[in-house]
Amino acid sequence: MFEFAAHTFANNRANGDKGDSLTLSINARAITVAPGVSVAAAIAMAGSIVTRRSVGGAARAPLCGMGVCQECRVTIDGRPHQLSCQTLCADGMHVQTGALERAA
Amino acid sequence: MGHQVNNTDVIVVGAGIVGAACADALSERGLRVAVIEQDIAGGGATAAGMGHLVVMDDNAAELALSAYSVALWNDLVGERPQRHEYSGCGTIWVAADEEEMDAARVKAQTLSAYGVTCELLSPAALYAREPQLRAGLAGGLLVKGDGLVYPPKSARILLDRAMRRGAITKRAAVTAIEDHGVVLADGTRHQAQHIVLAAGSRSSALLPELPVQPKKGHIAITDRYPGFVRHQLVELGYIKSAHAASGDSVAFNLQPRPTGQVLIGSSRQFDTIDTAVEPAMLQRMLRHATTFTPALAQLNVLRCWTGLRAATPDGLPLIGPHPARRGLWLATGHEGLGITTSLATAQLLAGQMQGESTRISINPYLPRRFHV
Ligand SMILES: Cc1cc2nc3c(=O)[nH]c(=O)nc-3n(C[C@H](O)[C@H](O)[C@H](O)COP(=O)(O)OP(=O)(O)OC[C@H]3O[C@@H](n4cnc5c(N)ncnc54)[C@H](O)[C@@H]3O)c2cc1C
Ligand code: FES
Repeated sequence: MFEFAAHTFANNRANGDKGDSLTLSINARAITVAPGVSVAAAIAMAGSIVTRRSVGGAARAPLCGMGVCQECRVTIDGRPHQLSCQTLCADGMHVQTGALERAA
Repeated sequence: MGHQVNNTDVIVVGAGIVGAACADALSERGLRVAVIEQDIAGGGATAAGMGHLVVMDDNAAELALSAYSVALWNDLVGERPQRHEYSGCGTIWVAADEEEMDAARVKAQTLSAYGVTCELLSPAALYAREPQLRAGLAGGLLVKGDGLVYPPKSARILLDRAMRRGAITKRAAVTAIEDHGVVLADGTRHQAQHIVLAAGSRSSALLPELPVQPKKGHIAITDRYPGFVRHQLVELGYIKSAHAASGDSVAFNLQPRPTGQVLIGSSRQFDTIDTAVEPAMLQRMLRHATTFTPALAQLNVLRCWTGLRAATPDGLPLIGPHPARRGLWLATGHEGLGITTSLATAQLLAGQMQGESTRISINPYLPRRFHV
């Protein structure tokens, strides 16, 4: 199911600008994606689907993909609680997820 | 809920924090207690409150009651603070200007004389503790022993403790209070030697002679931003605005929840029992808060709600026998301080009922002061 989610997001890229690529960092690791890729998709492409942790420390991942469930919140360029499914990747963006936080 | 109310010594009307604390204190003294709640235990003003456990010193009686109660809270949360979502964050009273800094000095003297630990903060000391505060403030006063709980959870814990000692609860609306008895919405009558009215802002619906009127308040809660603020922050100007006897007001009051969320308060309005959130009042409250912590404007607010405080003309609760009705005790009128003062209220009420001597004088809180 998560595999499917990653695919959906990854295919969601804009047409045109095909030759260009963007480099952003996810938890300090660089990843290069095509323009039009959402941050949620980039997170999945980087190998972990975890976006955030619940108060109790449980891992959370994108669920609705359309800005409703709030499960895909991450910190982007220092601003916490940004919806990764509703944000397109930009060159030089810094994304921080809850993947490295410990379960409580 | 749904037990029979018979063979009890005490019927408590209302299972907010005050009713729950009374049930706990009375059952601890061996009395058989029944609690009648029309809705959900802790679902009234108790669920709406910020849960700030704060020593207030507008007058000697308020200081005595709140200091006693904060000490009781520290005992209650004890070794297992997480159950109450307790945090010993302390309060910083923020002084915007020199006039308020003078007020902070007076407050420091009053509290210190009463044995409450506090520390005056220079602007540098203030910003070291709370870097989100706007520049140009005059300083503050840190009261270390203050804290916070999640009030409906604490109410549940107190009620459960009473129930483990045999107290029963019944879900029903009380429609009338009689001598040594209550009438329920289904028409049944229930008698007990003692009736305790702890119905919060609805108390005067049952007893129109009570000098208790609703004072509406708005609260907002943000998403999680751990460390945004570390102490409960209250403006010293709060004292000027919160105790106005009429008119609408807002005061800066931020609370760091243990989850990392920030509670934003608070507003005060008379003459309404409509619990709808009012955008204009909310806007005024949030805008005022951002004048103290500008970065607050960048945070996501998740929810807003309101609650009705039970206000008395002198700002002190009614704790003790109804002067004119038999078998009736009052534990209501706690205004904006009822989470804090619930535990001491219960001790003062139970002590009077049992003829014990009480830790602090009961006189300032006796309902007879209003000649009802
Ligand atoms: C916005 C706001 C912020 C606040 N912040 C704080 C704070 O930080 N610190 C603090 O100390 N205090 C605070 N307070 C005040 C505090 O919440 C109240 O003083 C306290 O909750 C009062 O408790 P209570 O048990 O008397 O009333 P309630 O919690 O209202 O309980 C009364 C109960 O009685 C029941 N009831 C009423 N009528 C009947 C009936 N006829 N039959 C059966 N049941 C009935 C109701 O359903 C209700 O559950 C705040 C209040 C508000 C509104
Ligand atoms: S995945 Fe549901 S809001 Fe982004």
